Amino acid sequence: MSDTLVRLAHVSKGFVKGKEAIEIFDRLDLTIPDHDFVAVMGPSGSGKSTLLNLLGGIDRPDAGEIYVAGERIDDLSEGGLARFRSANIGFVFQFYNLMPMLTAAQNVELPLLLTNLRSAQRRAHVETALKIVNLADRAKHYPREMSGGQQQRVAIARAIVSDPKLLLCDEPTGDLDRASADEILGMLTVLNRDLGKTIVMVTHDPAAARYARRVLHLDKGHFVEQELAA
Amino acid sequence: MNDFSLIRKNLFRKKLRAGLMILSILIAFAIFGVLAAFERAFNAGEATSEDDRLVVVNKINFTQPLPVAYFNRVRAMEGVRRVTHASWFGGYYQDPKNFLIVMAVEPETYLQVIDSDIIVPPQMREAFLRERTGALVGEAMASKWGWKVGDRVPISSSIFSRRHGSQTWDMTIVGIFDKRKPQIDTNFLLFHYDYFDETRSFGKDTIGWLVLQTTSPAVNDRVADMIDQTFANSSFETATDTEKAFNKAFVAQLGNIALIVTLVVGAAFVTILMIVGNTMVMAVRERTREIAVLKTLGFSSARVLRLVLGETLLLALIGGLSGLAIAVMATLSLRRSVSNFLPGLTLDPWVLVLGFVLMVLLGLATGLAPAINAFRLKIADAMGRG
Repeated sequence: MSDTLVRLAHVSKGFVKGKEAIEIFDRLDLTIPDHDFVAVMGPSGSGKSTLLNLLGGIDRPDAGEIYVAGERIDDLSEGGLARFRSANIGFVFQFYNLMPMLTAAQNVELPLLLTNLRSAQRRAHVETALKIVNLADRAKHYPREMSGGQQQRVAIARAIVSDPKLLLCDEPTGDLDRASADEILGMLTVLNRDLGKTIVMVTHDPAAARYARRVLHLDKGHFVEQELAA
Repeated sequence: MNDFSLIRKNLFRKKLRAGLMILSILIAFAIFGVLAAFERAFNAGEATSEDDRLVVVNKINFTQPLPVAYFNRVRAMEGVRRVTHASWFGGYYQDPKNFLIVMAVEPETYLQVIDSDIIVPPQMREAFLRERTGALVGEAMASKWGWKVGDRVPISSSIFSRRHGSQTWDMTIVGIFDKRKPQIDTNFLLFHYDYFDETRSFGKDTIGWLVLQTTSPAVNDRVADMIDQTFANSSFETATDTEKAFNKAFVAQLGNIALIVTLVVGAAFVTILMIVGNTMVMAVRERTREIAVLKTLGFSSARVLRLVLGETLLLALIGGLSGLAIAVMATLSLRRSVSNFLPGLTLDPWVLVLGFVLMVLLGLATGLAPAINAFRLKIADAMGRG
């Protein structure tokens, strides 16, 4: 572990649902060092996904400061946040969220459309990313032609193709069988251990959390427990 | 891959839906193209009118005759530079269904007055003036019937008969004229009034209408008033107007073609706007999560807006250009069959340009609502909070 990659300082966040105000976080503090692999667990509605949204710059806190990769992101404009996400964050979702009309390679290429890379350079990056997730032979397959595990591997390739520092994974194995889940989690472990990616993974699954270096339990907007993964 | 590939793949992800939307736009633009071509053809006379030309017709209506004596009386009036006369012959060739536009004219003055419309080679002009049974034929008509200079052709009338009972006048083609302006149609034939008047069985010493050139467009109103006042309270009262107004009034008898075109095309476009707009709103709503993913990956709201607008623009252009292509083909195939009644049926470049502008506007209008929805979409709302 080395420098701090993520820091939340006194972050508060709430929502209004109908006439009811719901407080998610009240002056939450969190520090995640570079190269860490953190699993965030907690009951439904505890704020796990909201935490990921705040870290990824797709939601804003009501108060407090958020720093990621040395940049304060809570006061960036919409355009600034979009640029920040494309350069620093990779997202992996529970339901893969691949574009059904694009092949695996085209899905992986999407984030690179936001860069200045030429077509040949983009192809090279896509090939590398697909090789990392062991799907080079499926480059021209459409999502409907692949299993859930393979689709999630394409989603991981898409998340890492632009070489972001931070991977945010929202229930990445929630829709997979045990064998596929283990494969995905093993892949995340490799990305963390061998490629130095910092990973924050939200999960309900204790077996999935065991792959992380640290497990944080969220309850009623606070981290109630921190433990080292086995 | 680039943004255009994304737009194209999004548009055709549901091929049947995209195909039906393209078909509806195609039909609308095909209708627009063909109707605009008809509107243009109906109003071609107005476009070719000269500012200093007046037309004098019988006040009752233009099918009623005027005395030929009016020709010399008008010629003597102040402000009149040149005058000529013409009479509708109601011609056909061999069979009444082979309708021809044929006019009996005073040769020398007629060629002077319409000199800005047609080109007659000098030797053909001289032959026409010299030969009493000679006829000048427009290039379009000569080409259609395969006529050439020297041919002797029998031209019949559905209105007039000769004193010996026949309805056919033999004419010798002494010249073939061409148009001086692109919008002029040369599908007509001119022959000598004297030959016509001396041999017809009725209507002697009458003409159809006078065409005159004034010394300046500024005196048009004064000259027109003078002519109509001169013949007021006579058996043959006149109505004098500019050539442009005369042609416009002639077309107006068939109805307000421009209004018909506008209403039909407008109704088609509004219907398509609602169908395509509604379909696109639904299509984009179905993709709410995908749009949120694009934004999560770093696509800006403006870029997402451009992608959605690009989709509707591409849709409008594919449908619209195909529709105009069909309109061009339909116009070309109709052109020959209606050339006798509606010469000059063609899809002008301005119609194509207007069509292209309408395509862009349609594309933007149908894409605006879904594009704004996509622009405003909050990632956290679309992906859910937990």
